[in-house]
Amino acid sequence: MSILNLDNVHTYYGNIHALKGISINIEKGEIVTLIGGNGAGKTTTLRTISGLLKPREGKIHLNGDDILKYQAHEIVYKGVSMVPEGRGVFARLTVLENLEMGAYSRNSKEELSRNMERVFTLFPRLKERRTQVAGTLSGGEQQMLATGRGLMSNPSVLLMDEPSMGLAPVLVELIFDTIQQINKEGTTILLVEQNALMALSIANRGYVLQTGEIIISDTAENLKKNPTVQKAYLGME
Amino acid sequence: MRTSLGEKILDLAVSGFLWGFRILIVLIVVLGTFLTIRAGKYTGEQWIDFLVFGISQGSIYALIALGYTMVYGILRMINFAHGEIFMSGAFGGYFIATWLTVIGFMDKYPVLGLIASMLFGMLISTLIALLVERIAYRPLRGAPRLVPLISAIGASFFLQYTFRGFFGPGVYAYPSMKALEGQWNFFGIGILKVQIVVAIAAFIMMAILYSIVMFTKIGKAMRAVSENKDVAALMGIDVNRIIVTTFALGAAMAGAAGVLYALTYRQVNFFTGFTPGIKAFTAAVLGGIGNIPGAMVGGLVLGIVESVGPALFLDSLGIPRPYQLKDAIAYIMLVMILLFRPSGILGERVSKKA
Repeated sequence: MSILNLDNVHTYYGNIHALKGISINIEKGEIVTLIGGNGAGKTTTLRTISGLLKPREGKIHLNGDDILKYQAHEIVYKGVSMVPEGRGVFARLTVLENLEMGAYSRNSKEELSRNMERVFTLFPRLKERRTQVAGTLSGGEQQMLATGRGLMSNPSVLLMDEPSMGLAPVLVELIFDTIQQINKEGTTILLVEQNALMALSIANRGYVLQTGEIIISDTAENLKKNPTVQKAYLGME
Repeated sequence: MRTSLGEKILDLAVSGFLWGFRILIVLIVVLGTFLTIRAGKYTGEQWIDFLVFGISQGSIYALIALGYTMVYGILRMINFAHGEIFMSGAFGGYFIATWLTVIGFMDKYPVLGLIASMLFGMLISTLIALLVERIAYRPLRGAPRLVPLISAIGASFFLQYTFRGFFGPGVYAYPSMKALEGQWNFFGIGILKVQIVVAIAAFIMMAILYSIVMFTKIGKAMRAVSENKDVAALMGIDVNRIIVTTFALGAAMAGAAGVLYALTYRQVNFFTGFTPGIKAFTAAVLGGIGNIPGAMVGGLVLGIVESVGPALFLDSLGIPRPYQLKDAIAYIMLVMILLFRPSGILGERVSKKA
């Protein structure tokens, strides 16, 4: 069953045509990755899905519901959550307050503490630091916080924008293991990455984006073997 | 980049002037203080009078400054109509206080009467602020930062002259509250009742606001929005609603301050908001604009320096009427803080987002 579907989406920044007719389909329970170079439109795609940007043309459906009519904050209530590029933690709020903000769309106290427990199980480090102001966390801890915060609304689809950016390899492994863990617990994931090798190693399927267009779409296994992908994104000759 | 000799000389001249300015101010403050204390012209009781007046006045500035600083924190914009929001609260309080006095309620239940006047002033201020936000600011969201600033100045004049149109240019005398007349004695030192009541009421309001911002869900969302609107929206926070809430809270504080100010000076007219508005803006900058505790500290510091300063720094320097210079002291403080510590007393991150 298709959970998220983009059909011929065109997004503009002013007069710049950033997404030139993108179609993506994601099935429930999948990890799908979107790979591509700088400026290919990966982040734009996520911002369009989350409602921060509105496409000029095309359709986006979530569980069959047209979500283009909703504003960004309303889309969260529909079950889409985004972990933004560069983490975007609220630096002057504490870890706990950041997580509470992640659960802003949820009103039940029990749900809040259940989700909080889940995040603390995934990232025990956050529990140790819960009263600390987020700006004083290390880069890896901030990524954990941003990821945990994204889970606090109990989303059915989690959009992740470059979770490996600026992290040491050990931490990248940890974050990717957690992404798989989150997926196993039932969350569908759309992962945007420059680190194509890592992304393809955990994804079911992938799309390759180049200057606003999807040039290849295939299973992760096949993409790893695809000569164009190997040359351009996996650094192989 | 190569700088020409002329530019170097200009640079030197500017920094020389700034240092001269700094040294001059320090000299006036140190010398004035020394001479005044040596001359012993004022008694201890008088100093305490100055101080208490400063605290009571400063707590009013602080209440108004909160509105400037919260709106700046969220929209990076100075709401120059905030002084008029304050004035509208003073007017609102005037009408209810007069009515309560006429029907005799104020004399029987002064505390309830005062609370009712403040609540009504807050209500009027909030309504007007929400209208201003909706009409003059929201359509300009996303415009260059100068545009809403100009709109704010326009809104300020519009409100002043609307009030003038409705209520005329004359001064309305606040009804006298018997309960607030006279003094209370503490260890033999008499302090005006009205000043104590004003300061206590203002501190209660500040405590309420601070708790809202720190501990409630909406307060946390306000802080989140002030850091990053896009990410806040990704959390499901309705950014527009938070902006409106911020205006409403700031205006409520200004409305309460309006009634307290009018209690001190016992009068209100259409122009009442101008000077306290600018003073409170100074206080917000002094404390670090965008910083809520900073606005409170800045207000108190400004109030105290303005009240104690003329006697302490200027009296013994042969200045004939030092009290006429209390506004000058406030604005010199504004210039000094902008020149030498633009981030304010408690701020550390002013221009990061600019």
